[in-house]
Amino acid sequence: MAGLYKSDYENPVIRWIDTRLPIFSLMQKEYGTFPTPRNFNYFWNFGALALVTLVIMMATGIFLAMNYSPNTGLAFDSVQRIMRDVNYGWLLRYTHQNGASMFFMVVYIHIFRGFYYGSYKYPRELLWMIGVVILLLMMATAFMGYVLPWGQMSYWGATVITNLFSAIPVIGQTVVTWLWGGFSVDNPTLNRFFSLHYLLPFVLFGVVFLHVVALHITGSNNPLGIEVKTPQDTLPFHPYYTIKDSVGLCVFLIVFAVFVFFVPHTLGDPNNFIPANPLQTPADIVPEWYFLPFYAILRSVPNKLGGVTLMFASILVLFVLPWLDTSPVRSARFRPLYRPFIFVLVLSLFALGAVGAHKPEGLWVVLGRVCTAYYFLHFLVILPVLGVLERPLPLPESISRPVLGPPGGGGPMPAGAAAKPMEKS
Amino acid sequence: MRSVRRATVAAALLLAGLFGIAAAQESVPPPKQEWSFGGVFGTYDLAAAQRGFQIYSEVCSNCHSMRLMYYRDLSGIGLNEAQIKAVAASVQVPVGLNDQGEPVNGPGTPASRFKSPFPNDLAARAANNGALPPDLSLIVNAREGGADYVYGILTGYQDPPENFKLQEGMNYNEYFPGHQIAMPRPLQDGQVEFAGGAPNATADEAHDVVTFLAWTSNPELVERKQMGIRAVLFLTLMTGLTYAVKRKIWAEVH
Ligand code: HEC
Ligand code: HEM
Repeated sequence: MAGLYKSDYENPVIRWIDTRLPIFSLMQKEYGTFPTPRNFNYFWNFGALALVTLVIMMATGIFLAMNYSPNTGLAFDSVQRIMRDVNYGWLLRYTHQNGASMFFMVVYIHIFRGFYYGSYKYPRELLWMIGVVILLLMMATAFMGYVLPWGQMSYWGATVITNLFSAIPVIGQTVVTWLWGGFSVDNPTLNRFFSLHYLLPFVLFGVVFLHVVALHITGSNNPLGIEVKTPQDTLPFHPYYTIKDSVGLCVFLIVFAVFVFFVPHTLGDPNNFIPANPLQTPADIVPEWYFLPFYAILRSVPNKLGGVTLMFASILVLFVLPWLDTSPVRSARFRPLYRPFIFVLVLSLFALGAVGAHKPEGLWVVLGRVCTAYYFLHFLVILPVLGVLERPLPLPESISRPVLGPPGGGGPMPAGAAAKPMEKS
Repeated sequence: MRSVRRATVAAALLLAGLFGIAAAQESVPPPKQEWSFGGVFGTYDLAAAQRGFQIYSEVCSNCHSMRLMYYRDLSGIGLNEAQIKAVAASVQVPVGLNDQGEPVNGPGTPASRFKSPFPNDLAARAANNGALPPDLSLIVNAREGGADYVYGILTGYQDPPENFKLQEGMNYNEYFPGHQIAMPRPLQDGQVEFAGGAPNATADEAHDVVTFLAWTSNPELVERKQMGIRAVLFLTLMTGLTYAVKRKIWAEVH
């Protein structure tokens, strides 16, 4: 049987395919028997949730695109036609619109999980970096999608953000003209944004695939942050984690449904119900909530080039995070100093979100600057120094020990249990 | 350790303080009203929406367009086919070209858009002291505060305070940002007579027309909420079931 893959499947049809193209064996290996740490908590749901959300976005987006017109004269009305005349168009549109927010919510929690449990450390550096690429692609996709309905905020948001590139020395203005395809945000801009908004999710899907491939080489991290040592430390992915992810998915869909069906406008801006008008600037130009912290970092520097640089740096710094964090211990459960600092970082990000939503006046400016400084301080100073100064708590011997041992030793529960070792210090 | 925690608490307090300051600086928020379409089980009060349509037709449509609405849509507030045809036929709309190639007007049909009062924005401004009456199709969604805000505008006309400088042709309104609005007070007590003799004080009229405007902004609202209730119930059930199965599968592990 030269050239054929040795398949274990009995069913003749499946076997015929599997010997030639072993996708059944592959799925079985990667999602069936795949050895997974037995001690995941519900934070480990969010990767699966992000993937489901991406699929939902692509599915609803493709149907929206069937009824959408990427032309400045027609775009706004075509979206309203979807809302009013297309069968269940409102459902598609609200799902897509709120889905973008859900996507970021899920991915931000997913990233927080990475921070907290040190998932970016050896050997998962590349896995983490691919994740940062995913974040950047998501941001680009969401930004261009937001321009498509061609409301006031679409237009003015696009104008403000594309104009950032004019801060590049010497060639800035040329780059902006090139991005616009003209001398202001106009029909050519809308056309290319639509084209790219359709394309990027598929690129994203490819990068997500790489993310998963890398994950299945290193294996998952876990709440204890110690490596799998024996088969007792793991469970097969199916049925244990397929069912656990399903529980998380159901809860997530409830949250999603509440937004779509009951408060579909809460996360949006009323100005986007007004058709784009290049002659009338809205009182406040505010991005969607998921961009607010970065918008605040941008505005924390009075110099345009400085602000733009810091904003991009705030994400690029994540690429080198695996090397900035010098501690060999992954999980914050065993890092008595790192643990409070990571919460201060989250707090400062929330504060930056609030700053981004307000006019840069008075105390908001001060708060924005302090939090921006803290953000970079965390990554560039605190993390490298902590690794040297901190005395980590003793690590458990293996994953199966604390799980099987007496209560208080971790297990598949959220981080609550971790408070105990901390108080002893 | 302690000090870090204390710093966290201090930062949280500082934040809370800042929000407080920001809230205090904002302009008068319009008072909250009771709306038939509010809440999880809300539906449109169709009688009120129909009276609201009458108010729109008799008053607001002299200045405001409703580009996104078609006469056929009125079935959504309970008008029957004959009523819709009659309403549509009462306006003259372009119906194409005659055999000389000249544009001709004729009575509207259910497929016609709501007729706009002015041929374009310039004409609308010219007739309104330079101010543009915004299209009302989406007005409830397009303003912070939604229905309460629009109600606030319609009922918020007052005499300006002592030393308030009101510009020529402007009106003082409690809830409009900056308090100077170009729209003259559109609703007066008893201005619109309703067939069934429904109350028609300014507040009643405002309430009815805002119900109508909420419907034009969100015609899908009732279907949406009803589907939402079913979706959330179904998902809650699924969560329970899935969780039970999960417990069972994991029972052997612990
Ligand atoms: C005489 C013409 C006229 C009539 C009649 C009229 N409006 Fe207006 N309306 C205006 C003008 C002009 C503006 C713009 C005001 C401004 O920008 O200062 C306006 C603005 C508005 C606004 C927007 C306020 C804002 O926040 O920008 C609403 C809501 C509104 N009108 C509702 C109504 C309703 C409801 C009716 C019918 C009951 C009505 N109008 C009747 C002329 C009119
Ligand atoms: C990564 C996945 C995606 C994200 C994060 C995303 C995000 C967004 C956002 C934020 C909007 C603006 C919504 C609004 O305010 O109305 C939007 C609109 C739109 N998107 Fe996407 N999108 C994604 C995938 C797709 C795909 C795959 C398509 C397929 C073509 C698509 C087609 C559209 C269309 C046609 C619109 C305009 C209609 C509307 O505004 O509702 N999207 N998208």
